[in-house]
Amino acid sequence: MSDFTTWDILRNLLLATRWTLVLSLTSFIGGGIVGLAILFLRIGKSPLGRHFARCYVELFQGTPLLMQLFLAFFGLGLFGIDVPAWLAAGVALICWTAAFLVEIWRGCVESIPKGQWEAGQSLALNHVQQMRLIILPQALRIAIPPTAGFSVQVIKGTALTSIIGFVELSKAGTIVTNATFQPFVVYGFVALIYFAVCFPLSKFSKHLERRAAAAYATR
Amino acid sequence: MHYIFDFSWVWDYGPVILKGLFVTVELTLVGAVAGVLLGILCAWIRTLGPEMLRPPVAAYVELIRNTPFMIQLFFIFFGLPSVGVQLSELQAANLAMIINLGAYSCEIIRAGIEATPKGQFEAGAALALRPLQTFRLVILVPALQRIWPALSSQIVIVMLGSAVVSQIAAEDVTFAANFIQSRTFRAFEAYMLSTAIYLLFAIALRQLLNQMGRWIFPKVAAR
Repeated sequence: MSDFTTWDILRNLLLATRWTLVLSLTSFIGGGIVGLAILFLRIGKSPLGRHFARCYVELFQGTPLLMQLFLAFFGLGLFGIDVPAWLAAGVALICWTAAFLVEIWRGCVESIPKGQWEAGQSLALNHVQQMRLIILPQALRIAIPPTAGFSVQVIKGTALTSIIGFVELSKAGTIVTNATFQPFVVYGFVALIYFAVCFPLSKFSKHLERRAAAAYATR
Repeated sequence: MHYIFDFSWVWDYGPVILKGLFVTVELTLVGAVAGVLLGILCAWIRTLGPEMLRPPVAAYVELIRNTPFMIQLFFIFFGLPSVGVQLSELQAANLAMIINLGAYSCEIIRAGIEATPKGQFEAGAALALRPLQTFRLVILVPALQRIWPALSSQIVIVMLGSAVVSQIAAEDVTFAANFIQSRTFRAFEAYMLSTAIYLLFAIALRQLLNQMGRWIFPKVAAR
């Protein structure tokens, strides 16, 4: 057996971190797009759309992400597609991220005073125009801190994709452990790398939150 | 799509699924109770406790909140034996869930304590209560009442997160599903069933916690 230096371990883990970052970014952006579409259903006029959006959120927030990954992995296969792990991982994480973003953003939209809608109406704007010109620009400002905070959950969520065989930081940790028999060191490093990625994001979101609160207080 | 769903195996594997459900419930129960207690202790230290202990508790909270639960679990189960701490799958799973929920609930409870009006502390002092008595009798309960909904959702999140403990061979619902799919090759059906179980459990747990909130803090219902 060849010997692994600490640097060998760290280098392999850092190389795999790229895939954690790529998957996180994909899920976050994809989840944002899907989430926005479902948000419009959730706060829209159609009762059917609202009901669908509510069920969607309940389903994805009420089941483990791991189950969603398994179902995507085996479920997509039922359509006769040969499912690579990255595809199942991407699909499941996008759906999961969307469900949480819908709820976060819905809170932001609902926090806009009703008078703003009515003001739009009195200017003869239609529902879509009210949304686009009056509500969303204001809701967006409120939405930024919690959305940034949720990105940390997405990054941590990608760790589960290692279980369906997507090789990212956690999977690399398992592979390196199996080669080096040093789980304490390897998983310690893996945790520190996640921390190095997530902690600045957490701090940043806290900072945004505080700034938004201060802006609100001085109004 | 030419797929014929086959759930005929359910009766044969009923006991396996039930055992899995039992383990998931046990993990959730122990994790929730001990995790929240740990959270209360940490929140006390971070707000009113000895200053000396604050930095280490802050470090613990940030470290846990910024790393995946799965890595915490693997570190405890695979990593700790090399420094002489050998735990069984269930012990490791329980410990990981307590440590995880402890950190999250610390932050939630801390927010509740920090929202306490200053007059409450002064009222406690005026009644000649010692600081710890003030905390226990005057501060903690209203603080918990304030953040109960957030704490409830965090408990549900931790319960759903517990699906990962199957990876260290703790025999929970997910483990049962893995076992069934390896025997029957009915992967999609097995995971559909286990997903449904988690969904029902999540809904039931949320209802239970809401009821508990009403029971522990009767004033909320009266208001």
